[in-house]
Amino acid sequence: MKRIVSVALLIAGAALLAGCPKKHNVIDQPNAGSQVSGSNQGEGASTSSSALNGDASQGGSGMGADAPFARKVIYFDFDKSEIKPEFAAVVAAHARNLSSHPNMHMKLEGNTDERGTREYNIGLGERRAQAVRRALMLQGVAESQLTTVSFGAERPAADGDNEAAWAQNRRVELVYGP
Amino acid sequence: MNRRTSCLVAIGFMLFCSRTWAELVVEITKGQADAIPIAIVPFSSPEAAAASFDVAKLVSDDLARSGRFRATDRKDMIEQPHTGAAVSFDDWRRLNNDYIVVGQVQPLGQDRYNITFELYNVLNRQRLLGYQISANKPGLRLASHQVADMVFEKILGIRGAFATRIAYISVLGSLPHKDYRLIVADADGENPHVVMQSNEPLMSPAWSPDGQNLAYVSFENRLPSVYVQFLKTGERRRVSAQAGVNQAPAWSPDGKKLALTLSTRDGNLDIYVLDLAAQALTRITDDPGIDTEPQWSKDGQSLYFTSDRAGGPQIYRVGTQSGDKPRRLTFQGSYNARPRLSPDESQLAFVTQEDGGYRIATMDLRGRGDVQVLTKGPFDVSPSYAPNGAEIIYASRDRGRGVLALVSADGRVQERLVSSEGELQEPAWAPF
Repeated sequence: MKRIVSVALLIAGAALLAGCPKKHNVIDQPNAGSQVSGSNQGEGASTSSSALNGDASQGGSGMGADAPFARKVIYFDFDKSEIKPEFAAVVAAHARNLSSHPNMHMKLEGNTDERGTREYNIGLGERRAQAVRRALMLQGVAESQLTTVSFGAERPAADGDNEAAWAQNRRVELVYGP
Repeated sequence: MNRRTSCLVAIGFMLFCSRTWAELVVEITKGQADAIPIAIVPFSSPEAAAASFDVAKLVSDDLARSGRFRATDRKDMIEQPHTGAAVSFDDWRRLNNDYIVVGQVQPLGQDRYNITFELYNVLNRQRLLGYQISANKPGLRLASHQVADMVFEKILGIRGAFATRIAYISVLGSLPHKDYRLIVADADGENPHVVMQSNEPLMSPAWSPDGQNLAYVSFENRLPSVYVQFLKTGERRRVSAQAGVNQAPAWSPDGKKLALTLSTRDGNLDIYVLDLAAQALTRITDDPGIDTEPQWSKDGQSLYFTSDRAGGPQIYRVGTQSGDKPRRLTFQGSYNARPRLSPDESQLAFVTQEDGGYRIATMDLRGRGDVQVLTKGPFDVSPSYAPNGAEIIYASRDRGRGVLALVSADGRVQERLVSSEGELQEPAWAPF
């Protein structure tokens, strides 16, 4: 029962599906921002977290040298989205600044450590960003001044499969911007 | 230009693209004790140099990688026949081979080749398969996977999935400058191509049911959006960029809709269905907890998803008709998330927490809902079924690095796909 099967076209078709994208030449350039055109938005993705007053300090908790306003990261306990008392002064300082400058805007970037499923972590990161948003609004910041985004576990501040790295990654970054 | 010519031209174009990604190496970490012994004799090639492609080795690697076969080492082969007529069955039987594959690669000129092969049962000398496949040179790899698929199916009665593809995310570079890539490769990790690259995160690749499009999340501009990219041309379009969260795309079985996770202004994540043609959204869940990670049932009538409405994350099922009340499916343990349905819908694969580690588990959907934990963690996530349901690919960590790993759906065979560089995550197995 010798059956002859010619699957050349099938092979060609399937190989095509794995073919290179149109913008392949672009894709080989590192540091070119996000590639493959098609969106209405500008392409180059910014990676800078601009801080006001030239102060980019992101000191952790208990760093006595940092004034509350200079600190722009709030850290969280594992699986928690409550703002710890030690960060109350940080939130208050930024709340004062934002409410006295009503045309200022802040983006709250929520993050988690690497443990757990990726999409559920997006939810946890959003919950943390929302906790900070609520705290700022309670202290007089207008809703229109604040936006939130969750990166989940996708943008760690520290690499490593250990508690020291995880503690730095469970955070909300306060990003002043347009 | 006839159809065949245009295909060949297209393949030439594809070859022109450089291979931009380090290949993956497979390590079998747990084999099956009763693997079937099979000999894949090197295929003769009158002009071996012309083909310079070892079909038999690839077939042999595929079958061994499944864990269900034990491929005889070449140096243990007493002879290298190329046709059934030349096989000394008694000798092969004495060397404990249950099956033997013999074949040839014949150049036809103009960069075309014929692969002829036969599969025999060594014990009763019965010929089980005899096929001829023609391919051009870049097609030899895929043709070899198809030979493995046919042998696999003939002996085990399960359709082979060697000639399929996977998508995954790779992350290169070190903080704070990471480079995120969406890659499509053959199921064995070979032939990788960068489909999308960004210096902001890429997440959650999902294959359309016809295998022609990938949906994924991109954080370009530091905000999440869902894109659909047509692989043949690289063209893509942004299909969801709502304020807040745009996550976890999942294709409906008819390929016309995406289930998505979106959020309200105060950050409540719920599941929606987006009609791609009409750009119309239907809200499916409405609960203050996190509802995410949707996955469709085959009939398109319900969605499996993760929700922490009862405290920790658990798996639920809800009808896609509005107003249906979600039903909880998992009760064992405090963390069960990211459900994926097996192709025959007999099993659900998901991530469970056990002894502090995250592991891949399955739940029987037809019987009493028995749960089997397949892996040992501590960081096993993102399970995705092979289209034949025989294996689950997932993301794991090995010595501080993100790797892809495979486990058979019954947990008996485990392997690791090791890349020479980068963190690998979120594998998604393409449909047939």
